[in-house]
Amino acid sequence: MPKVLMRGNHVVAESAVRAGCRFYFGYPITPQNEIPEYMSERLSKLDGGVFIQAESEIASIHMVIGASMAGGRAMTSSSGPGISLKQEGISFLSALELPAVIVNMSRGGPGLGNIAPSQSDYFQATRGGGHGDYRTIVLAPNSCQELANLTYKAFDLADKYRIPVVILGDGMLGQMMEPVELPPEVQIKKLPHKDWILTGAKGRPSRFLRSLILDPFEEEEHNWKLMRKYERITKEETKWETSFADDAKLMVVAFGSAARIAKGAIKRMRDEGLKVGLIRPISLWPFPYKAIKELTKKVRRFFVFEMNMGQMLEDVKLALEGDGEVHFYGRPGGIILTPLEISRVISSYYYQKRLG
Amino acid sequence: MKKVFSRPKSLKRAPFHYCPGCGHSLLHRIIGEVIDEMNLQERIIGIPPAGCAVLAYFYFDIDMGEASHGRGAALATGMKRALPDRVVFTYQGDGDIAAIGTAETIHAASRGENFSTIFVNNGVYGMTGGQMAPTTILGQNTTTSPGGREERRDGFPVNLSEMLAVAKGSAYIERTAVNSPANILKTKKAIAKAFRVQMEGYGFSLIEVLSPCPTNWKMEPVEACKWIDEVMAVHFPLGVLKDITGDKKDAH
Repeated sequence: MPKVLMRGNHVVAESAVRAGCRFYFGYPITPQNEIPEYMSERLSKLDGGVFIQAESEIASIHMVIGASMAGGRAMTSSSGPGISLKQEGISFLSALELPAVIVNMSRGGPGLGNIAPSQSDYFQATRGGGHGDYRTIVLAPNSCQELANLTYKAFDLADKYRIPVVILGDGMLGQMMEPVELPPEVQIKKLPHKDWILTGAKGRPSRFLRSLILDPFEEEEHNWKLMRKYERITKEETKWETSFADDAKLMVVAFGSAARIAKGAIKRMRDEGLKVGLIRPISLWPFPYKAIKELTKKVRRFFVFEMNMGQMLEDVKLALEGDGEVHFYGRPGGIILTPLEISRVISSYYYQKRLG
Repeated sequence: MKKVFSRPKSLKRAPFHYCPGCGHSLLHRIIGEVIDEMNLQERIIGIPPAGCAVLAYFYFDIDMGEASHGRGAALATGMKRALPDRVVFTYQGDGDIAAIGTAETIHAASRGENFSTIFVNNGVYGMTGGQMAPTTILGQNTTTSPGGREERRDGFPVNLSEMLAVAKGSAYIERTAVNSPANILKTKKAIAKAFRVQMEGYGFSLIEVLSPCPTNWKMEPVEACKWIDEVMAVHFPLGVLKDITGDKKDAH
């Protein structure tokens, strides 16, 4: 397949359509507006394609619920403040075990914050800002190509596990342009049959989908059922990538855009002879706890770099279980460091710890 | 012997949990009768609310998908757009539709979304114990409007159906009641018409039903039915508020 030069937000939208998404519901917010704009045009030309610019983020996530109950591949997208509003629906999607894809091109926060790239929605994405015991799969791409691959994959994961999947990007990923190889178009009719959807009780007993379970024992059983599903996902869908890890004396842990910048910094430091490696969680939930713990067999020092005040840091500490030493460097508020800038911070730590 | 009265096919064999004298049981039954008479059981999908009627899926033998509080219209929008040849209806109470779900409802109506809504107005939050609703009338006593709703403290009640009638995309809006045999029959006709309006693609239809809640009104059931006529219907007048079908034969 030839590559095309595309903007990250357009890549997400086009890849979703190619994954069979025919239902998009959203509300404008920067820096993700190119997703609804692209979808409004693309879906209106497709048989069965539905685009609605909803009256709110709350309405749009509940439109996703409706389309998902009806068996469609449905998605919404937003940025921080809008994702906060969608949390109610994400909790319901989780309780009802409905597949859906939710894209967060996050920005500086809290509050209205700004429209610069930030990773400050890590807690919201991985812990869930909604109520109740639930998990969503959270995927963190670091390039336009990965936006394509992970968006495409998100729809399969959502259907396979009947779970909402969050794509956690940021304003930089959404706005930047890169050459991308787009995934092939799926044949919607060939997608696996769903035996739980609401289509009218024709030739079968009637069905209902509900999240109200008044009997605590039944609700507990429902929670255990979700838990078993989450355990299965943890076992099968934990994804990460390591670079320059074999002889590393210091491992940088970073995700998404921060990992992309860190990788540039590490290449620069490698040129100078510093033995620095990178581990990049690709699934933020399930988080690669074991993979990070495994690294302690060879390396004792970990440098966590995030574009926030230290959120994934907590997962890294949980992974290490007190083993090794963790140093954190973060830039909240929408600051983007250059590889040169972050390489200076990492290398000064490297020399302070007498690793070189 | 000829059977003259039986449970509608589209209702499950399950006793209602509703309080004695509550309008929900009556309304469930007549919706069931309409579904049977229009032969819709295999192609209709209901969206129950958060509130007293949340357990509607235990009573209706049709596909049903529960909505969170106030979001029925948004959920129905997504569902009906995905399944344009099915009949989709939401069943919502006054707090659900006229307070927390006002935006979803007004915008669904404005877009002319082609589904139907049964809006049960009993002037209180029933399930949570009788708090003031957006439709609680001035002077009405509730657990959060002690001494009666007072406009300077609590604001005025919301006439949602009148607001929806103004929306360009709404096709058929009617207010009925289930407090007497005559009104029950009118309600049944109105619901059937709402479904027909949807099936013919006219756009958004809504039937507001004034419905007794003797428990939270602290009245005997008979007294509650009278109160609807004498007090509630003065503030929420019964009748057709909008009908773009030009259909005269259903006028009543």
